[in-house]
Amino acid sequence: MISAEIQTAAYLFASILFILSLSGLSNQESAKRGVIYGIIGMIIAVVATLLGNIQGYGFIIIAMLIASVIGILVARKVQMTAMPQLIAMLHSFVGLAAVLVGYGSYIDPKTLDLLGAERTIHYVEIYLGVFIGAITFTGSLIAWGKLTGKVTPKPVVYKGKDIINILLLVVSIVLGVFFVQATGVDGMPYLAIMTAIAAFFGLMLVMAIGGADMPVVISMLNSLSGWAAAASGFTLGNDLLIVTGALVGSSGAILSIIMCKAMNRSFFAVISGGFGQEVKTGAKIEGKDTSITHDEAAEWLKEAQSIVIVPGYGMAVAKAQYPIHDLVEKLRNEGKTVKFGIHPVAGRLPGHMNVLLAEANVPYDIVLEMDEINPELPETDVVLVIGANDTVNPGAQEDPSSPIYGMPVIEVWKAKRVIVMKRSMAVGYAGVENPLFYKENTAMLYGDAKESVEKINSLL
Amino acid sequence: MKIIIPKEIDPNEDRVAISPKNISKLKKLGYDVYIQSNAGLKAKYTDEDYLNAGAIIVDSAEELYSIADIVFKVQPPTDQEINLMKPGTLVLSYLYPALNQQLLTKLAEKGINAVAMDAIPRISRAQKMDVLSSMSNIAGYRAVVEAAFHFGRFLNGQITAAGKVDPAKVLVIGTGVAGLAAIGTAKSLGAIVRAFDTRKETAEQVQSMGAQFITVDLEEDGSTETGYSKEMSEAYIKAELALFKKQAQEVDIIITTAQIPGKEAPKLLFEDHVNAMKCGSVIVDLAAPTGGNCVLTKKDEIITTDNGVTILGKVNMMPTQASYLYGNNLINFLEELGTADKFNINMNDDVIKRAVVVYNGKINWPPEPLPVSAQKPIISKSIEQDSISKAKKLSKQLINNAIYIIIVGICLFFLGKVAPPDFMRHMTVFVLAVFVGWNVIWNVTHALHTPLMSVTNAISGIIIIGGLLQMQSNITDAKSILAFISILIVCINIVGGFLVTYRMLKMFKK
Repeated sequence: MISAEIQTAAYLFASILFILSLSGLSNQESAKRGVIYGIIGMIIAVVATLLGNIQGYGFIIIAMLIASVIGILVARKVQMTAMPQLIAMLHSFVGLAAVLVGYGSYIDPKTLDLLGAERTIHYVEIYLGVFIGAITFTGSLIAWGKLTGKVTPKPVVYKGKDIINILLLVVSIVLGVFFVQATGVDGMPYLAIMTAIAAFFGLMLVMAIGGADMPVVISMLNSLSGWAAAASGFTLGNDLLIVTGALVGSSGAILSIIMCKAMNRSFFAVISGGFGQEVKTGAKIEGKDTSITHDEAAEWLKEAQSIVIVPGYGMAVAKAQYPIHDLVEKLRNEGKTVKFGIHPVAGRLPGHMNVLLAEANVPYDIVLEMDEINPELPETDVVLVIGANDTVNPGAQEDPSSPIYGMPVIEVWKAKRVIVMKRSMAVGYAGVENPLFYKENTAMLYGDAKESVEKINSLL
Repeated sequence: MKIIIPKEIDPNEDRVAISPKNISKLKKLGYDVYIQSNAGLKAKYTDEDYLNAGAIIVDSAEELYSIADIVFKVQPPTDQEINLMKPGTLVLSYLYPALNQQLLTKLAEKGINAVAMDAIPRISRAQKMDVLSSMSNIAGYRAVVEAAFHFGRFLNGQITAAGKVDPAKVLVIGTGVAGLAAIGTAKSLGAIVRAFDTRKETAEQVQSMGAQFITVDLEEDGSTETGYSKEMSEAYIKAELALFKKQAQEVDIIITTAQIPGKEAPKLLFEDHVNAMKCGSVIVDLAAPTGGNCVLTKKDEIITTDNGVTILGKVNMMPTQASYLYGNNLINFLEELGTADKFNINMNDDVIKRAVVVYNGKINWPPEPLPVSAQKPIISKSIEQDSISKAKKLSKQLINNAIYIIIVGICLFFLGKVAPPDFMRHMTVFVLAVFVGWNVIWNVTHALHTPLMSVTNAISGIIIIGGLLQMQSNITDAKSILAFISILIVCINIVGGFLVTYRMLKMFKK
């Protein structure tokens, strides 16, 4: 048993360590140290709590043991291409926990002792925590389903969605008023109905969003899970929870902003969903695409001095990162400069491509961001586009009638030659024709990305 | 269809219209290739090379012209050659149409269609067919190499144990393709390079090659809509010549490339310029074929003046590579006309209608102008408007910010009025934490966004404290069950999140 003051001090220490943990991620060298800080902070926080006024140690230890085994197994087994799914799943856990903590706090006898404004605020806190938690829970579950293919990745919307959403929000607020005014635990039905509404809300929210908008959705759910934790912190009057929740909440919010900027779409346009379901044409493109064989592609690469590879979600789907690494090694051994250009929204998760390339042992100092690679492209001999489409669409700069006009893109067409690896001429996620394929300096290499890269490897 | 390549008659012409390397592409397009024996000898290509590449060797020019549908040549056809051609033959070669009205008339009378490869419009689509670009590039390079040979000294500055050697100074006049190639070559040999052009828009290109752009202090721009320079006013030329005089005293090598299409090359260097130069200096006059930029230049000759200045009126065109590139230019143009079975001269095409100077007995020269100049005049008004609207925007932003801050202040005031002190304390912590998080996260590198998500996932597992606090010693209690479940799932988050983050970060290697 330690005093409340020492416990507070321990929480403060843990908060500092969490902040250091996040700031460690500013570069690759300090990042590992950052994770260690995070782990130490977590241990200090949990131990300090356990040394306080706690009951039921046996059950706590059982729960933690089971969870640790599951956690270790999951962390070891998960494939890097499946990271988006795992992260979505973990978000849902935080959401569910926030709901449970809210309910637990509501039925806590101590709550009944509260009076006046203090009581009102406490109830509002519970209500809000459960609301956010439930949205996070079902939203993340659907996101997980969409990423694993168990739920259709296409956006699902129904007519009058916006009106019903607003109605449901109004109903939730009215129920909230009843809930706060109810005495004892009489407010339970209101809380339960609101939980159902919030769960439905989260479900429909993510259902309406298509596959390539996932980076935004996951960032948003990341943010929500943080706010849910912060709300629980208010409910329990625990500053450590509030600080951590605020950190995570703002982290997710910033990621959402970055992702939206990279797609040139407002946050509300993304979460109101439905993008890419109808075929938007943009300007009709005249011209013919030229296709080349693997031999020719290999020949081009042999002649080139500087090469830039632009991967997209197609690389993750085909799991082409390992042969790509071999390709890069071969080309670099011949004294050529090889770099990667990564669009912020490439893949299904912020930074997804970087992790996949790191997994395949591609050195991170040749993996550049969009803004870093664009000035270098006019000097580049060959650009290899692997499974990317909308992120390299010149229509975003040249064609004001295009739905993605204004979105920042990687300007691959400025290079001397471009090879696009693609399965077919189909349009990308945004449903927009890509004029890149018809440019004079562009050649299409059809087929599975992994097989294509392997074939080129054998020819080099 | 049969393409023939006769031997060039001009003894000073070392190039041949195509190299063996080009032939496979012609065959792919469906054309048969006939070449006169020994046509490529001066360009270091043997008959055997052509034979192996799939061409048919013919001994006499007469026989060759009698079967020809298309003739590939370098120099303009002579009267004797025209006499050998059948009506309807298509000739592709240099024609200098602006200087050669007689030749065009003769071709028209004979019913021969002629493409002037030196009249390809200089637009980006036609760059691959533009012989002026490809040949100028060679001439510019070679000008420096030959100048260095005649100069007979280091071009780069050196500091050796035996003493210091100053770098040579090179002046390039006219910064078209040849001029820029000369600048690049001279620069890479280590010389100090200066360049002059009446077209101010070229200053940026010159500087990007690492040379110094020199100019006269007169507001006159020589650029025209065609991309070539125009003739300048008298005052300008006077100032220009004075500038050259000053430069002539300083520099060691002058390379002139100034040409005006359809006219004799402008005279830029006079006797007093040459006399002002140091003994051993070199002038390379790439405009020699159209009369030369220097009054002393003799076409196809190398002369040395009394004060020891060498003036080159010719450079070796490196015929082996020049022939290959020239051949590519011809084939790229031919591709625009179609394959052998779909051959068609489309006189509506922007490029073709300007390059085909004689068609069906009619002379098609001069062509209608085609504007291509790169730089447009900048409208200064828009900049002013810009700064005004910027200032307006800024003040509007300021007002907006003030309104937001006031609203936030009012909200906090009312919250403070009703909320208990405990809540306000938590609120303080919360708001400050949001600000800290906001600043910390913006510094996270894009490459680590996935690890960021998984680590925030792990630390948001701190909600486990909620479960721990609500746990009761009696597991059948509703509160305990809720707490048990939340501890269980959140602990998966903590352990799984941290481990997977660590695993990911370990993969990031330099």
